[in-house]
This record gives sequence, structure tokens and C-alpha cells, in this order.
Amino acid sequence: MSQAKPRIAVHKFASCDGCQLALLNAGEALVELAQLADIAHFAEGGWYAPGEPVDIALVEGSISAPEDAERIRAVRASARYLVTLGACATAGGVQALRNGLARAADWLGEVYASPEFIRSLPDSLPVAAYVPVDLEIHGCPVSTEQVLEAVGDLLRGAVPAPGADPVCTQCKRRNLACVLVNGGQPCLGPVTRSGCGALCPAVGRACYGCYGPAGLVNAAALARRFEALGLGGEDIAGRFLFITPAAEPFRSIGQGYRERGDG
Amino acid sequence: MSVPAFLPRPQLQRVFDALQHLGYRIVGPVARDGALVYEDITSASELPWGVAARQDAGSFRLEAGAGERCFAWANGPQALKPLVFAPVEPLWRMERKGAGFEVRMTQATCRPTAVIGVRACDLAALALQDRHFLGGLHADAHYAGRREDLLLIAVNCTHPAATCFCASTGDGPQVSRGFDLALTELDEGYTVAVGSPPGEKLLALLAPAPATADQLERERAALHRAAAAQTRGLPGRQLRDVLMARLDHPRWQEVAERCLACGNCTAVCPTCFCHAEIESASLDGATSLHLREWDSCFGERHGYIHGKQLRPGTRERYRQWLVHKLATWHDQYGRSGCVGCGRCITWCPAAIDLTEEAAALCAGAA
Repeated sequence: MSQAKPRIAVHKFASCDGCQLALLNAGEALVELAQLADIAHFAEGGWYAPGEPVDIALVEGSISAPEDAERIRAVRASARYLVTLGACATAGGVQALRNGLARAADWLGEVYASPEFIRSLPDSLPVAAYVPVDLEIHGCPVSTEQVLEAVGDLLRGAVPAPGADPVCTQCKRRNLACVLVNGGQPCLGPVTRSGCGALCPAVGRACYGCYGPAGLVNAAALARRFEALGLGGEDIAGRFLFITPAAEPFRSIGQGYRERGDG
Repeated sequence: MSVPAFLPRPQLQRVFDALQHLGYRIVGPVARDGALVYEDITSASELPWGVAARQDAGSFRLEAGAGERCFAWANGPQALKPLVFAPVEPLWRMERKGAGFEVRMTQATCRPTAVIGVRACDLAALALQDRHFLGGLHADAHYAGRREDLLLIAVNCTHPAATCFCASTGDGPQVSRGFDLALTELDEGYTVAVGSPPGEKLLALLAPAPATADQLERERAALHRAAAAQTRGLPGRQLRDVLMARLDHPRWQEVAERCLACGNCTAVCPTCFCHAEIESASLDGATSLHLREWDSCFGERHGYIHGKQLRPGTRERYRQWLVHKLATWHDQYGRSGCVGCGRCITWCPAAIDLTEEAAALCAGAA
């Protein structure tokens, strides 16, 4: 790091703030982080100085409005390392459900009383679609442990290497029953990046895919398996395009099933 | 060893009492969340009484079984592996000391553990895990500690699943070695065979009557039926040369179209031993825990060496798994790494059948 005490900023774009909460909820570890580094900007935590140059910029949220596109370039220019946090920043987030839908423009009028005040880009995109990103931390929301581990690595000058194994890895290490094999549920766990500790399968619920695609898995084959379980095209599309709709290969698989429909 | 004994069903609890008297923690099968899992139990009443399991490729369903048996099923996703090869465990802890650092080895937490309901395939797999973790120049202390304290009460398999093929690999359905006691479940109770001095000591506490000729005959018939009922199998016990000669077989690509590369087959395989070692450092970098965790040859990091991914495609990953298991295992451990438990078939979310793939890959070989 450049200074004796490294500087950190936390920026928010189009998002629900849940990833920042993962950081705020770190408790003692956040106090420790504040001692190891200067937190220059973290509006939700009470520090406000968005233009300050920093060593690490943690970015939550997707690029969804024209001013986001400008602001993310300024954040990139101000930071040595840019780390994106969560499904919005890494894969467009749920707001990317509008991507590629011709009808999306009509929704503004249906939802807002004065749609003329809404300025949105046609697509909600991950930060990496606009500026180079040094590290992506996935999840909806991110896990506090993974964020602290990555920040700790950067503070020590090490390259963080977050795992990309599927959720099944966690399920099997925890000796959990398989909701797909035992229950016939359309679980996204086999192709979803772990990090949640198999939260949903642990309560008997199929994985929603919050952490996005795992590394080098065959997601298209899981979609075909869902077909064999009796799911229709729109249902399969809904699962792959739910939380990380802009992340490949979930995006193209989901779009393919959407176009095909239930017919 | 002595002649087999017989324990009437109501007296099964006495096995638990005797184990507790000898200071053992007891692990056994229970029906939980639609599966059969091995966990800590204290009484025979917790066993899966009247439970059967229907297994097929990619599917496992608990059903009501006929009669009042508690071992009328073949297996669940795990048995012994997590007890000896821990899914996650710390190996050592490092702490900064001045300009250097200090390393402290961690001790595995071990206590005498009796496992009830171990099958022949589990014992064959344990023997292979023993060779891997204990057989080389550097025995693994964590594994050794847990292994040493294990008392194995096996159960001969009378109800194989549709996915079972231990008769074809030669590892079951009857247990032949590596057990302390071996039970066979009959309508009215259990025949008990002794396999070791600790088993003999345990049986002495139970002081059972000898099994009758009729009971032993029914045991023999049940085991014969269990072997005959198995419909799946491998094309042979020595597939090394044929598989090594077919590394470019088109079948590898076909199976890769279906394989999710999720690694479930490796997690449930009782002989798979691959693990990753990772650092879990404190935020200030003053201490770090060095952890070992189950890994899989289907995972991204398994095939990664500095700057290069050696197995980028699902085809290479599936091939790595199957060729190691059925072919190069012979070079490493003197036998195939498959014990015919069928877990990789049942617990594959994509319903891929190892025996079907092996048959297709080896088709036409002399």
C-alpha cells in the first residue's frame, strides 16, 4: 500500500444497501478495520468524502442511470484497487431483470406517477462493463467473512483468491440432505458459487443462485435437468435470470429459455 | 474366531448399553430430511426402523419398509469418510513473532467412536483411505488419531439398492474383513460375528446365545439373494489398460454435455481423498489458521497451477475422475478405487451412471 495507513472508500450505486450492511454488521472486525486503515468514505457508516483518493474502493450496486456511468469512472480514477461487492455490482442485480425486455420502457409509466423524473439506462450492468475491476466479490448479499478476507489480503499486499466452487461443495461438507436428489427440487446449487455456507439447502429449500455462476460448471446441463424434472421454459428462465441476470452463462441460458417459453 | 452368536431384536439396545459402558461415542444411521445420515445417537430406538430407501440415478427416496427391520436399506450419501477424513479441519496455526513466525500443529479431537451399520462397501473404502492417509512415508496424524479410535460394527447388506454393484467389484454385500463385529439382520434379530479382539470384548459383555443352524442358513440365503439382486456392474475389475487406451473416446464429450462439474460424485465417493489447503488469516495478519478441506477434481482450483488451468473443460474433469478412479488407482494402490457403493450414481444431480459410462467406454474391449 502507498501510505503508512491505507485508505478505504465504500461507494454505493444502484442497490439495496445490503452488501454495505454486511460490512456494517461486521461488528468488532469493522472497528479493527478502522484501526488498520483510514475509512475515507462510507456514507452509510458516517464518513463522507466521495472524491478522496484511496487505496481500496469497495463498490456496491450496478450501473443503472446515466450519472452512475460518470461517477464510476471517477471512483475508478480515485482508487488503486477497485473491488466490486455483490450481485448488483458484479452481475447487474435484480434491476437487470429489465435488460433486453422491449416492454421495460412502458413499466415506468405503470409504476411511477411522474415518470418524467426517472432517468435510467436501458440496461442495468455490472461495474466491470464500464471500468476495469480488480476483484469481484459475489453474493446477494456478500458474506462479511469473504469481504474482510479479501480486504485483509489487499492490506497485506496479497492477491485475494475467493473460491469459485459450487454450493454443493458446502452442502456435502455439512452433510446436508440434497434438495435436488432427495426432494426433486430445481436447485441451482450445483452451478452456483458458494459463499453463503449452503444457507437455503440447510433449511430444505432449493438454492436461488444468489452468488452467481460458479467457476467452470456446466449450467446449461442443469437447465436441461430442470426440463427433465418437468419445469417449463419460463420457470427455468426465471431461475437463471433472478438475482444475477447479467452474469454469464446464466444470462444466455435464461434468455434462451425465455424466448422458447412454455410451448 | 468363535462361532456366530445371535441377538434377539429387543436386545439390540444392549449393544448400545455395552458401548456406552466401554466409553464409546456412538454414530449410527438415522432417517433425517428424506435421507439416511450417520450421526451421533444414544439409543437403538433412533435407528431407521421400518424404513426402506429407493435409489436410482439422481434420485433417493425414503419409503416405508416391510417388517420391523432397521437395516433394510443399502446406504445414504455418507458413512465413514467424514468421520476419519474431516470435511474441514485446521492442521496448524501460525503466529507472527517479531520478524518471524511460530507454527503450532493442531491436534485432532479424537474420542473412541463406535459406528454401527457400516456396510461392506464402506469397509473396502476405508481400507483404501487407510492406504492413502496412513500407508506412505508420512502418515497423516489427524486421520490416524480418528482412525485408531474407531470401533466398527458392520451390517451385512441384505437390501441392496438399484444403484449398488459391490458384487461386481468384489467388495460386498458380505463384509469379509476390517470390522470388529458384523451383524446380519434377520426377521427375529441379528446374527453376530466377531472380527477383532475389541469386538470379542464387546460381544463378551452381551453374552449372547450361539446362532442356530437355521439362522445361519437364512443369513447365507439373504446374502446370496442380495448379491444376485444387483443389476448394475462394471465391465471388469481391471479396466486400466482399456481406459488408458481410450482417452480420446467420443464418449467423454458426450458425458461432458450432461455433467454439471458440481463435484457431488467426488464428495459422496467413500474413496475420494482430494483436499485443498487454505489459509484463514486474521484481519491484521498477526495469526493464520491453516485449514484442510474436501476438494474435488471437478473444481476450478484443482486443475489450476500457477498461471494455467490444466483441465478447462468438463470433458477433461470427468475423464480425470473416472480414469483415476478406475485406471490409475491400480498403479497407486494396487486395485480400482471403486467399491461399488453406487453413491456417485444416486447423488449425481444430473443422473449420470458410472457403470453406464464405464460400459460405453470399454465396449468391445477383449
